[in-house]
Amino acid sequence: MKLRTKVQLSLAAFGLVLLAFAAPSVFAADKVDPVADAKAFKKFFYEKFPKLKPEDFVNGPYSMNEDLYKQWQEKEQFPPYEFALEAGKEMFSKPFKNGKTYGDCFANKGIGVRQDYPTFDEKEGKVITLELALNRCREANGEPPFSYLRDEMASLTAYMAFTSRGKPFDIKIPNDPRALEAYEKGKEYFYTRRGQLNFSCATCHVQSPGERVRTEVLAPALGILNAMPIYRSEWSGMGTTSRRFTTCNSQIRGVPLTPQDDEYRNVEYYLSYVSNGLPISGPGARP
Amino acid sequence: MRNRTVIPALALLLLICGASAAAAAGSEEEYKTAYAAAEAANKQAATLRNQWTTTASTLAAAKKFADGGDFEKATASAREAEALAKASIFQATSEKERWRDLEIR
Repeated sequence: MKLRTKVQLSLAAFGLVLLAFAAPSVFAADKVDPVADAKAFKKFFYEKFPKLKPEDFVNGPYSMNEDLYKQWQEKEQFPPYEFALEAGKEMFSKPFKNGKTYGDCFANKGIGVRQDYPTFDEKEGKVITLELALNRCREANGEPPFSYLRDEMASLTAYMAFTSRGKPFDIKIPNDPRALEAYEKGKEYFYTRRGQLNFSCATCHVQSPGERVRTEVLAPALGILNAMPIYRSEWSGMGTTSRRFTTCNSQIRGVPLTPQDDEYRNVEYYLSYVSNGLPISGPGARP
Repeated sequence: MRNRTVIPALALLLLICGASAAAAAGSEEEYKTAYAAAEAANKQAATLRNQWTTTASTLAAAKKFADGGDFEKATASAREAEALAKASIFQATSEKERWRDLEIR
């Protein structure tokens, strides 16, 4: 065999080895099927709770327990999120220093658009949540961003959710491998066990909805984000989706990531998508 | 006679002090090694995006014992922190595949 042939064969073999190692890291977009996932997800919950109507799932633990449901109905007479709602409405309509408003950053002036978030930004190639969009709007207009965990963000999103009440979640996954990858990574995050307690999101919200963890009745994962943001009696205040995710992590003894890190954005994308068709019920109130 | 007793006693005392000082110094070294190992493992867990709160609190406890001069407890805590960090690494690594076992299909 000539030296040249030997070199060519060696290079080809080396290339094959490289390909073999690289192959597992290539994202297999063709294997991701959000439509089938959402169908199976809903079927699982509808069969687990055959007495519930689909729209009941957005009421979280209240749909799981008759006594809690009665308490909730009474609570809704004077809802604890009302102050946040009023503050959010005022903040939303108050112009920034440059004269523009939040409405200028959103379709339909930001009214009745909650059900479309998170959305996938094809230019950026990433998931954009409502909380992130609000802070980007602030920054684009020369205002400092709000904390993702505190009252101002909760009030703003409470108002925007309220203007979308009853509208079904309508999350879109464009035919873009990056969007499918974000969705798939969100799914992976949802089912991955973490923290010293070795819990995944699914441990509580798929395997055990309706069961108690100490005094809490666990909500089903289906429709869990439709009620966000929420007033939690346990927190004595409002909480954003970011606050919910980070608190979940620390409760299972995991160090929370930074709010709006890719993992949280992706899991919100996944969870919202599989609840497509269920109505927005936010802002919500939870024990 | 008195001197004969006192001198060996002093020598023994010095020996004990020296030995315990040496032992203490050894413990501090041991602590530093154990703490560095725990920190390295916890950093690896961070790259896997899976640190545990208990690793951080056990590392903090180790440091507190060390600051108080209790290197025995400090070393024990640092070793415990390393074990916790390694468990979180194992969890993150094994979950790369295992998460699918929980998936609704």
